[in-house]
Amino acid sequence: MARAVTTQRKIVFTALAWGIGLMIFFPILWTILTSFKTEATAIADPPVFFNFDWTLENYQVVQERSDYMRYLWNSVALALGSTFLGILIAVPAAWSMAFVPTRRTKNVLLWMLSTKMLPAVGVLYPIRLILIQLGLLDSKIALIFILMLINLPIIIWMLYTYFREIPGEILEAARMDGATLKDEILYVLTPMAIPGIASTVLLNIILAWNEAFWTLTLTTVNAAPLTAFIASYSSPEGLFYAKLSAASTMAIAPILIMGWFSQKQLVRGLTFGAVK
Amino acid sequence: MGRITLDKVRKAFGDVEVIPPLDLRIEDGEFVVFVGPSGCGKSTLLRLIAGLEDVTSGEIRIDGTDATHLSPAKRGLAMVFQSYALYPHMTVRKNIAFPLKMAGMDQAEIDRRVDGAAKVLNLSSYIDRRPGQLSGGQRQRVAIGRAIVREPSAFLFDEPLSNLDAALRVGMRLEISELHKRLATTMIYVTHDQVEAMTMADKIVVLRAGHIEQVGSPLELYRTPRNTFVAGFIGSPKMNLIEGAEAEKHGAHTIGVRPEHFQISTEGGTWTGTIGVSEHLGSDTFFHVTVPGFAEPLTIRAGGEVDLHYGDTIHLTPDASQIHRFDAKGLRLP
Repeated sequence: MARAVTTQRKIVFTALAWGIGLMIFFPILWTILTSFKTEATAIADPPVFFNFDWTLENYQVVQERSDYMRYLWNSVALALGSTFLGILIAVPAAWSMAFVPTRRTKNVLLWMLSTKMLPAVGVLYPIRLILIQLGLLDSKIALIFILMLINLPIIIWMLYTYFREIPGEILEAARMDGATLKDEILYVLTPMAIPGIASTVLLNIILAWNEAFWTLTLTTVNAAPLTAFIASYSSPEGLFYAKLSAASTMAIAPILIMGWFSQKQLVRGLTFGAVK
Repeated sequence: MGRITLDKVRKAFGDVEVIPPLDLRIEDGEFVVFVGPSGCGKSTLLRLIAGLEDVTSGEIRIDGTDATHLSPAKRGLAMVFQSYALYPHMTVRKNIAFPLKMAGMDQAEIDRRVDGAAKVLNLSSYIDRRPGQLSGGQRQRVAIGRAIVREPSAFLFDEPLSNLDAALRVGMRLEISELHKRLATTMIYVTHDQVEAMTMADKIVVLRAGHIEQVGSPLELYRTPRNTFVAGFIGSPKMNLIEGAEAEKHGAHTIGVRPEHFQISTEGGTWTGTIGVSEHLGSDTFFHVTVPGFAEPLTIRAGGEVDLHYGDTIHLTPDASQIHRFDAKGLRLP
């Protein structure tokens, strides 16, 4: 009897989970489907799901009208550049806070996190003015720097929790075993920290890739990434749903594929501190 | 060789003095146990010897040379940690080989020594597994293996058995004692468990609040505890400490009688009391006896066959030659 209830519950929960999952995924699926329709089919009422004439026309038009590769390259440069720079700063920062904490370490961590509570738009004009003064508006350098800064608190927190998980006794054991500081970092710390750093890098790339406030407000042409590419299809020329969908699909595809292949690493990374 | 001498070693964390100046000699090949309640400074003392903490003042000499400011690796000591502290990303073989690799030993010699240690500790069948795939006892053996391959001048153990279950603890206790007999290397062992101390040690160092209360062989400590603290700490169950009129009869402030040093009778004796809880261990029975006028119930050890129960009246006669006498400061009277 108890077993039957369990099976029933299992079915209900599985169905529920799939239902919610599909609901969340549906807009993306719809976008992808729409991108293969003609503009007429795209706004057809009632909507058509699969039985339409599949066309690649939208992709051709989008590619002809705007240089996808340039946006893509900008996105890649911003995401990788800001992540690389951020990791360069965050690893030593999190390291020292995890292994040589002081009385104020907790406060510093909280203060860093508190900067994320400030609405970004509150500093939009100061930052815009500074960039204009420096002649860095619409430059990749400036955006890499800003994206790095806005994600820095999160990656320091993530790395801090990872490093905290490395027991101090292991480092002491290495010292007893005759490891120099270099050996300790090379043979003990780095191998133990790499999974944590890897998930942090992945998450930061995704965050930087998807960032749409600063990338839209501080770029025009030269530094514009894929977010700007999508935005340029949104309204001014009327409602071209199919082309907008094609542009969106092209913009999200790289990150979706990356996420798909690294999902195991990501999930492990995000739940690392939680389970244990 | 592994002769370790501490000379006026003192340790303070900021304003807090955890170890007041302390002298100690550990002879080559001795099995020394640091024992004391938690927070008594025994682990800190071990870490000072290991070099994982810097001494605030004083001198540590290992085999006659000043090691006070040497790095942990240069002291030639090996340590086994409470959490085992194995490298989780390395196989058992690599864990054990790590200190040898750090010493720059050639691969053939490393392999020879690792295989030797694995055989001694019965690790050979899981030499290619990682620590995560091992049980607690197996991990402890790997940690010991990592210590012995270095052929150190002394081993330091920091509560190595406290993460193991009771049955395994007894087994590992024997294995470590066995290892000590075979290697005849100095071992310093920290524990809060006085049974481990009694069963393993050549020499026990009883610590309280950073002070050495007494140093001696297990039986010395058992027979002639220097003060009431050692009297109460060494021996299980604890020695009965009695104050007041009964103690004054013996010209002392406090007298101590171990649970095993009573004659029990149902007819008559020095003290008369009522049996409370009794604990039957099969071989022994422990009676907790309330005696009118005594602050605390007495613990009495009797044979396993004694047929007495809750509420029964019992007469107790302490063995006159086994009464320990202490003064008002708790120090032993001659």
